[in-house]
Amino acid sequence: MYEIVRKRFLTPSIALMDVYAPRMASSAQPGQFLIVRVHEKGERIPLTVCDFDRNEGTVTIVTQIVGASSRRICHLEEGDSFVDFAGPLGQPSEFLHMPKEELRAKRFIFIAGGLGTAPVYPQVKFLHQAGASVDVIIGAKTRDMVIFEKEMKAVCDNLYICTNDGTYGKKGLVTDLLKELLDGGNRYDQAVAIGPMIMMKFVTLAAKPYNLPLIVSLNTLMVDGTGMCGACRVSVGGKTKFACVDGPEFDAHLVDFEEAMRRQGMYKNIEQESDHKCKIGLNS
Amino acid sequence: MRNKIPRVPVREQDPVERAKNFEEVSYGYNAEEAMLEASRCLGCKNPSCVVECPVNIQIPQFIYEVEQGNFEKAAEIIARDSSLPAVCGRVCPQESQCEGVCILGVKKEPVAIGKLERFVADWSRQKGIKFTDKLPSNGKKVAVIGSGPAGIACATDLAKLGYEVTIFEALHEPGGVLQYGIPEFRLPKDEVVRKEIENTISLGVKIETNVVVGRTVTIDSLMDNEGFSAVFIGSGAGLPKFMGIPGENLNGVVSANEFLTRSNLMRAYDPDYETPIHVGKSVAVVGGGNVAMDAARTALRLGADVTVVYRRTEKELPARVEEVHHAKEEGIVFRMLTNPTEILGDEKGWVRGLRCIKMELGEPDESGRRSPVPIPDSHFEIDTDVVIMSLGTSPNPLIASTTPGLDTNRWNGLVADDNGATSRPGVFAGGDAVTGAATVILAMGAGRKAAAAIDEYLRTK
Repeated sequence: MYEIVRKRFLTPSIALMDVYAPRMASSAQPGQFLIVRVHEKGERIPLTVCDFDRNEGTVTIVTQIVGASSRRICHLEEGDSFVDFAGPLGQPSEFLHMPKEELRAKRFIFIAGGLGTAPVYPQVKFLHQAGASVDVIIGAKTRDMVIFEKEMKAVCDNLYICTNDGTYGKKGLVTDLLKELLDGGNRYDQAVAIGPMIMMKFVTLAAKPYNLPLIVSLNTLMVDGTGMCGACRVSVGGKTKFACVDGPEFDAHLVDFEEAMRRQGMYKNIEQESDHKCKIGLNS
Repeated sequence: MRNKIPRVPVREQDPVERAKNFEEVSYGYNAEEAMLEASRCLGCKNPSCVVECPVNIQIPQFIYEVEQGNFEKAAEIIARDSSLPAVCGRVCPQESQCEGVCILGVKKEPVAIGKLERFVADWSRQKGIKFTDKLPSNGKKVAVIGSGPAGIACATDLAKLGYEVTIFEALHEPGGVLQYGIPEFRLPKDEVVRKEIENTISLGVKIETNVVVGRTVTIDSLMDNEGFSAVFIGSGAGLPKFMGIPGENLNGVVSANEFLTRSNLMRAYDPDYETPIHVGKSVAVVGGGNVAMDAARTALRLGADVTVVYRRTEKELPARVEEVHHAKEEGIVFRMLTNPTEILGDEKGWVRGLRCIKMELGEPDESGRRSPVPIPDSHFEIDTDVVIMSLGTSPNPLIASTTPGLDTNRWNGLVADDNGATSRPGVFAGGDAVTGAATVILAMGAGRKAAAAIDEYLRTK
């Protein structure tokens, strides 16, 4: 069992938890993910590693209530435990392998959408500590959905925020902000976008005319997360890759987003049904 | 003179009934049937069955005890050599091993060794009998990677020899392929798999789940930081193969591994569990091995019409005869000499059919099987909602890629000698991780050999 040692709601629907998992905490790296199970009959749910504290032996996860399973996670309290907490899984971010001198000379831009802000944070922190210059765009639906603003501000050079409804920061989409920055003469060696699949697709389209190298982190369907099932198949550069072992980060310009989005919806009908069933008793 | 009766048939669930449920197909022998069947054994002085058994169970000895009604003694004889008898009694290909060389089989039917093994194992499990004799602890720690048949067999033998064994399992439930691969109707999970693994735990073996070696820890960290003097890798062959034909990433195309993992490990067939599974109205299973039969029979039980598509003829089917027979009884359609060339999708990107070409058998290939050759202009379509690819699996490269100096062959199999020794001192390997996908019992045999080699290595180190 893996105990939740701290929990707080970042917004009414987004919860952050520090989970005691010393083995994972000692080996986790930015860019990786993990798999949780909430109870004995539960699904294996992939979540991004949002942070880790090697001394304390904890790994941080952030979850947003979207369906039955994520609601169950968000309703766990401090002192409760996950029955399973496996990982870290997948490849760490590529820049982890770069020498520090090289990183120091580089300029990065991160584009974070909604919950995607959480996994962006440890990457930005790592690069900042390595001496790279990093700008960050956070996009959210509305003011209440903006997370990690203060933390992010402390570890990046420039933070830009936008909301769809204009209730906070600039009104508009992350792609508008990105184009504005690029048109305004900002040059970046590498961009990283993490957020909903549809956002990553449009960021990729926006980055293309500027020849901006872009990495995305794909949140595909998964069962085991170790390369066994192949539910996470994505086409990258015309080749089939497993997001769980070859990714989750890929060169955005090579990803077939249409296929990835379609595959993500494969169990939608079934899930909606179970979502409907499971709400009973969970809201009370 | 031995009893010259015919082989005692085993009672099975009616095919029409069982096609709708996940309960076990075979009921197994009762005591009376087992004693009767045991009376057929000739008790050969130089029994070939023992030689053919990958873990060398003393077959005539245990069968003699069954005939006498000494079931506990029979169980004790089996337990000396096998840690998973209730599993093996159910899933071993006895027809090509022990029973395949039974002298009785020359003129009549061989002794039903597998069914007798199952009877003894079930009897002793239900009576709660455990065999926990072991040598006192020698204080040496051995890590076993993977809790499938190879790992369990290796860990059991090492624990009996006094080693402190920890098994590291990547998934949340121990058992490996016994959990995620083989369906409930052939191998009950709570009743059989969990209980037999508990026997290994009773010997003092620790099992740590959710540890992905190569990610959570590495072989080097286990040996350098955690005090393990030797490591056995029994991580299996878990990576699914695909055909590389157009349409393979359509919605509705899944690997047999995914389909079976959802149904077996995640129990998607049971509505109380959350993991979804998709079968549609009709399912085409591509491949002809035991895994293909398991996937087909699972899909059938979930309510689909199922067709197995195989490029050779029935004679070449790699699946066990018993499995093919059961599948046919349950109403699964076989289309032989048929090879898919494309998966067809609808406008929303879901599978709607399978485009196939007819095949004929040509010259034998390296494996000795006649290789199938396409018949020109013989394309046709099969309507289907789901395609399950069951083309075999290969070892996961994760451990090899994170362990410097551990050699692999070009199929990602770990290179190991007959005793499981790899290119790294103190690191042993066996089972599917070395050979590629094979059987439960061969993996157990490899696990046992490696345990003996590890013992030898650590005693002489």
